[in-house]
Amino acid sequence: MIPAFGLLVGLAVGLFLHPVVPLALQPYLPIAVIAAMDAVFGGVRAVLDGIFNDKVFVVSFLSNVVVAAFIVFLGDQLGVGSQLSTGVVVVLGIRIFSNVASIRRHLFSA
Amino acid sequence: MSQDKPAAGSSSRERLLLMARPRATKANLFAALLALLLGFAMATQVRQNQSLGLESLRQSELVNILDNTTLLSSRLDQNARDLQATRDQLVSGGTSGAAALRAAQERLDALRILAGTARARGPGIRMRISDPGDKVTAPLLLDSIQELRDAGAEAIQVNNIRIVADSHFNLGASGIEIDGRTVAQPYSITAIGDPATMSSAMEIPGGLSENLRQLGASITINQAKDLTVGALHALSAPRYARPVPPPATSAP
Repeated sequence: MIPAFGLLVGLAVGLFLHPVVPLALQPYLPIAVIAAMDAVFGGVRAVLDGIFNDKVFVVSFLSNVVVAAFIVFLGDQLGVGSQLSTGVVVVLGIRIFSNVASIRRHLFSA
Repeated sequence: MSQDKPAAGSSSRERLLLMARPRATKANLFAALLALLLGFAMATQVRQNQSLGLESLRQSELVNILDNTTLLSSRLDQNARDLQATRDQLVSGGTSGAAALRAAQERLDALRILAGTARARGPGIRMRISDPGDKVTAPLLLDSIQELRDAGAEAIQVNNIRIVADSHFNLGASGIEIDGRTVAQPYSITAIGDPATMSSAMEIPGGLSENLRQLGASITINQAKDLTVGALHALSAPRYARPVPPPATSAP
C-alpha cells in the first residue's frame, strides 16, 4: 500500500514540478523507467505467487534500472545506442507482458 | 499452479491484501521510495517527451525539416540582400539627388546673375562720372565697362540699367543710350567684384580715370563692402540661335 502511494505521489510531484531532465540522463531515463516497471510488475506477480521478498524486490528494481541504463550507455559508446535501446525495450516489454499475464491469471483465473 | 483456479484466485487475492496492508518495515519503506522515484521519473519522462520537438523525430523527417529550414534561410538571406541593395540605392540616390539639386541651384544662380535677371549683392565699387562738357562718348563708357569686367566685375549697372552680354552702347539724340534707353548724367556705375582690384584698375596710370580727367570729366570711386545691383535685364528669347545639345559624354 505504501509503495502504491509512493508511486502516486511521485507522479503528482513529477507532473506539478515540471522537472527538466539533465542532458546526460536523457537517453537513459526512458529505459530506466521501463526497467523499473518491469521490476514492479515482477514484484506484484511475486506477491501473487506467494514468493515476494522485500529485499529481492529492492535489489531487482535497482539492478534492472542500472543494467538497462548501462546497456543503453554501452550501446551509445558502440554506436548502436538506438538499436540496443529498442532491443532492451522489446525484451522488457515481453517480460512485462508475461508478468501481467501471470497476474491476470492469478486475479481473474483467466 | 493455476490449475485449481478458484482456490488460487482467492488465496492470491488474500496474499495481495496481506501485502497491501501498511507495514513499517525498512524494506517496505525503501520500496515505497523506489516507487516514488519511478512515478517521478515516469511523469518527468512523459512531460519531457511532450515538450520535445525534434528529438523524437526520425532521421528522414529531420532531414526534411533541415532542408526546409535551409531553403527558407537562403530565401530570407536573398531577400535581405535585395532589400539592403535597394536601401543602399535609395540612400545614395537621395544624397546624389540633393547634390544635383544644389549644383543645379548654384548654376541657376550664376546664370541669372550673368543674364541680369536676378539682383546681385556683394562687395564692389561705385563710380560717379560727371561730364559737364559732354566729352564722354559711348565707346569710352563701353571701355570703362570693359575695364571693370577685366578687373573681375561680376554684375554691373549704369544708372538703372543692368549691363549684360548683349547690352549695346550708342550715341543718341539726347546723349548716350544703353540698350536704347538714354543714360542721364552723372553716370553712376555700380560694379560687384573685388573692390581693391577694380578701383586700382580704374585708377591705373594711363587708364580710364586719367583719360576721363583729361577730357574734363570728374570721376569719383568709392569702395563698399555691401552693394546691391538692383536693376534687372528683361530677357528676350533668342529668335535665331538654338542651343546645340552637348555631346553625350556619359553613355546612359
